Amino acid sequence: MNKTLNEKQRWYWKKNIRLIASLLVVWAIVGFGGAILFAEPLNDVQFLNVSLSFWLAHQGSILVFILLILIYALRMDKLDKKYKSMVKDGDVN
Amino acid sequence: MSVEVITIILVLITFAIYTGIGWWSRVRDTSNFYVAGQNVPTLANGAAIAADWMSAASFISMAGLVAFLGYDGTIYLMGWTGGYVLLALLLAPYLRKFGKFTVPDFIGDRFYSNSARAVAAIATIFISLTYISGQMRGVGIVFSRYLQVDIIVGVLIGMAIVGFFALLGGMKGVTWTQAIQYFVIIIAFLIPAVAISLQLTGNPVPQLALTTSDIVDRLGQIQIDLGMTEYMAPFTDLSLINVFMVTLALMAGTAGLPHVIVRFYTVKSVRAARWSAVWAIIFIGLLYLTAPAVGAFAKYNLIDTIADKPIEEVQSIDWVNKWETTGLLQLEDRNGDGMVDFSGGEDNEVIIDGDIIVLSTPEVANLSPFIIALVAAGGLAAALSTASGLLITMTSAVSHDIYYRIFNKEASEAQRLRVGRITLLIALLIAAYVGINPPGFAGEVVALAFGLGAASLFPVILLGIFDKRMNKEGAIAGIITGLAFTLIMIGAILSESIFGTDGPLLNSFFGINAQGVGVIGMILNLIVSFIVSRLTPAPPAEIQQLIENVRAPEDDDAEKAVSNG
Repeated sequence: MNKTLNEKQRWYWKKNIRLIASLLVVWAIVGFGGAILFAEPLNDVQFLNVSLSFWLAHQGSILVFILLILIYALRMDKLDKKYKSMVKDGDVN
Repeated sequence: MSVEVITIILVLITFAIYTGIGWWSRVRDTSNFYVAGQNVPTLANGAAIAADWMSAASFISMAGLVAFLGYDGTIYLMGWTGGYVLLALLLAPYLRKFGKFTVPDFIGDRFYSNSARAVAAIATIFISLTYISGQMRGVGIVFSRYLQVDIIVGVLIGMAIVGFFALLGGMKGVTWTQAIQYFVIIIAFLIPAVAISLQLTGNPVPQLALTTSDIVDRLGQIQIDLGMTEYMAPFTDLSLINVFMVTLALMAGTAGLPHVIVRFYTVKSVRAARWSAVWAIIFIGLLYLTAPAVGAFAKYNLIDTIADKPIEEVQSIDWVNKWETTGLLQLEDRNGDGMVDFSGGEDNEVIIDGDIIVLSTPEVANLSPFIIALVAAGGLAAALSTASGLLITMTSAVSHDIYYRIFNKEASEAQRLRVGRITLLIALLIAAYVGINPPGFAGEVVALAFGLGAASLFPVILLGIFDKRMNKEGAIAGIITGLAFTLIMIGAILSESIFGTDGPLLNSFFGINAQGVGVIGMILNLIVSFIVSRLTPAPPAEIQQLIENVRAPEDDDAEKAVSNG
């Protein structure tokens, strides 16, 4: 392999970092925002038979965590495919 | 047939299956012993991660903890699942790409230092040992309550089974056994949950019944009537800052637990590591979405069964009687009015250990003896699967990281395997000893394991991947700062139970309790390693090359190998 990452590999890494960052923003907003920092105001919002923040704290956040990990795996599969077709088309490596 | 007989039969059947798998997947080389030949399909690996992760604490204790903490029980529900987001996005794919055997392998190679390797190995051993003691308590509870045997006998039987298939099958045997154990665990958890949900709400899906039925509301009302805290209101048991910090510490600690991280080394490729994480969180989430429902339903049922009832009537209930003899449930008519007063105040006459919530649910709900036996088998599967994963992790830290990588680089495959098996035997004996004589501060020790994981391994691996400029000096300074701060703080805050001082040396660190203080250790670790690394020389060229390689996409050959997995 090359001494440093080539242009396409750098592009791949940048895409990866951007995806991770945006998923972690959601992780923080739902888990630490909705269920903890804004727990008191959201406790007055009704969600079915419980309050919204209670649902987030006990179940909602877990569902979001599952989705985040699933989205990461799906998006990275797509990125891998895109990268491979770029390598095939180009003359890198 | 009595509950005890059915339990013995069911436990024997499951143990026979585990043993059979251990025999079927016996191994002869170190790669199979430590990382199952990196050949485990993603779905099986996901189930194995879930069983490895869901210990006696998740199966037996968590729903009870949530039942008593109410809203604030989120520290466990989110803390023990949210860490997988960190693990799946930030650590797992890169550690798989790096592709060695253990966590100390990565830290030692990335920071080109045997001291870093040794520190990581010692942290691994310490974290795993503290964890094992908790598992053995779970085994002890199940055996003493359901098989009516002595705890010592129960622990010895459990250790013999774990030892047998771990010695024989190594990581390969453990992985396949754990995959089967996951299904025992989840079935044993879901069946009583469905039954109690049907009984209380008429809805067979407990996860939905939590929000669609009025049980949480009714539970909240009863609790207020009895003078307890409101179930649905946040921060009644813990302050906002503590809920925040403890949740974050448990998440970072989860991502820093070596026995979980090492699971991602056992699959074929980076892509398989990402999908293992998906399966793992789905499998884990299934139990964690059910636990808050079980907690709320069981607590409602329990209060409804015993509160304000004549004490003689309550004590004549079979399960009350049996749990009273274990000492985990205590009833005392202190004011002599002949009634059971269950409240949050001074006049409370019920002392109940949260650990019995899940185990007693089928009995409180009058379910058939078969289901009661199934729950016992599930509790054992949870404790044993985690214990075996921890044993392998500890063994590899000693025989691979310390013996082979530091002391005897010439060691042959056979020698390393032999040292591995001897270490495993010693670890087994220590674990059995801790199980029979549990330290009085077992709960505190678990807080310590997560705090140390969060303050040491997690930030170091993170920086090793994402900060190319991070060097040996920075990493070592960071680990030492994080570990020292966290150890001192936890020691000072919990000095009463650990060192036996009169009262704690420190009440809290600016309002943060012992469970959450690892977050501060983690932040100090990050700051110190950043500053020190910028003041000292950059890592050598071949290390920078290693990081580039870890970041680069997988090569085409490895990709082809995955497509059929």
